[in-house]
Amino acid sequence: MSDYMKKTDWYGKLWIWTGTVVILCVPIAVCIYYNAWPEMTAVLKGLLGVAPIYWTLGLIEVVTYTPMLGTGGTYLAFVTGNLTNLKAPSALNAMESAEVKPGSEEGEVISTIAIATCSIVTTLVLVVGVFGLSMITPIMNSPVLKPAFDNILPALFGGLGIVYISKNWKLAITPLLFMITLFLLVPSLASSVGVLVPVGVIITLTAARVMYKKGWV
Amino acid sequence: MNFNVNSTFLYGVAVVVIVFVLAQSTFFLIRAFKRGKELGISTEKLKKTIISTAVFTLAPALSILIGIITLSKFLGIPLPWIRMSVIGAITYELPAATSTANALGISLSETITDPKIYTAIAWVMTLGILPSLILPPILMKKIQGGMLKMKNKDQKWGDLFMTSLFLGMISAFLGMVFADIRTGIAGWIPIFVLLVSAALMAVCGLLIKKFKWLETYAMSISMVGGMIFACIITPLLT
Repeated sequence: MSDYMKKTDWYGKLWIWTGTVVILCVPIAVCIYYNAWPEMTAVLKGLLGVAPIYWTLGLIEVVTYTPMLGTGGTYLAFVTGNLTNLKAPSALNAMESAEVKPGSEEGEVISTIAIATCSIVTTLVLVVGVFGLSMITPIMNSPVLKPAFDNILPALFGGLGIVYISKNWKLAITPLLFMITLFLLVPSLASSVGVLVPVGVIITLTAARVMYKKGWV
Repeated sequence: MNFNVNSTFLYGVAVVVIVFVLAQSTFFLIRAFKRGKELGISTEKLKKTIISTAVFTLAPALSILIGIITLSKFLGIPLPWIRMSVIGAITYELPAATSTANALGISLSETITDPKIYTAIAWVMTLGILPSLILPPILMKKIQGGMLKMKNKDQKWGDLFMTSLFLGMISAFLGMVFADIRTGIAGWIPIFVLLVSAALMAVCGLLIKKFKWLETYAMSISMVGGMIFACIITPLLT
């Protein structure tokens, strides 16, 4: 492992632990300032509604996305969020355009640059948006623009998909057929697409392994 | 202390978090840029990565802003702003707030005035997402070590493994687009959008050979093109 990679891991840990403290300090600061500590039972009951799903999903996401995003990219993306709808697609797109392999040190560098840029731009857009919210809200909520934001995922994955699938069509056939069939049979799964990413990964890996052993890929 | 969901104090807390996020991102950006140059990646390629990603990020960032607008109706602006700038996403924050509100037996139809309800929601949002922050530093060595071992053992399979990870993600999202087609023609809209976006990308791919600059914006053109198409086609089909 290069010196850069070792240091990235060290700095990454430092930043993410500091980030955890900063994020935990938000509710603590509000509680102290307003002297308004919530009822423990209310927090526990609230947590019961989300924690079983999101703690499991958190573990699955860390295992699935860490190899894709690389060390620096992971430490950054898990602090700044919006992994599936922004960070992972932008890292993949950047590595494709720069013609570097994910998993290599060049891939690590390009992925980190993409995720950092993504975080900075998103944060700045939100800053501008928040201060101009009274002006922006009617535009963003207008029925004319609503379909655009309702369809952001197909618009994003259409462009990304064609590039990646056309280059690896043999590997793509099995998971695509499986997922299309699954969503046709059980449309309600659309709301839990995040859980299906690791399922897609396992199916692709199994199909890839079989094809690799048979010498088809 | 009078509580207000949009108080100066809460805005102050938000600013601290936002400065932290910007500092971390800038730190990693500069380090990776310098390392890229050391590895022999051209400055032009590195800059192109930044510009291309920045443009590509604009539309999804606006959709995240819609998340803040949605949550601000009952939580004010600072808390949703904090949550959307760090690990949160609307798909998580809304269920977290709703679950807490249900536990307290209140409705989220109007702005919260009780600070205890507000802090209960803030705690649930924070604690519910905590494993995503704690697990990466704990599991990193194991995951990356495993990947390295696999690559050293069989380089070709290592590459196929990486490709499979991304294809797994893409296939899940492409499959999701087909979820609503049984509801009638309106359910086909996401598929039409997907096809238009893919077609635009293909056209860009052909034109790139002639116009090299297009490479930087191809992904953004196909995405925004798909979104504009959605605005045109939706009123016609619904």
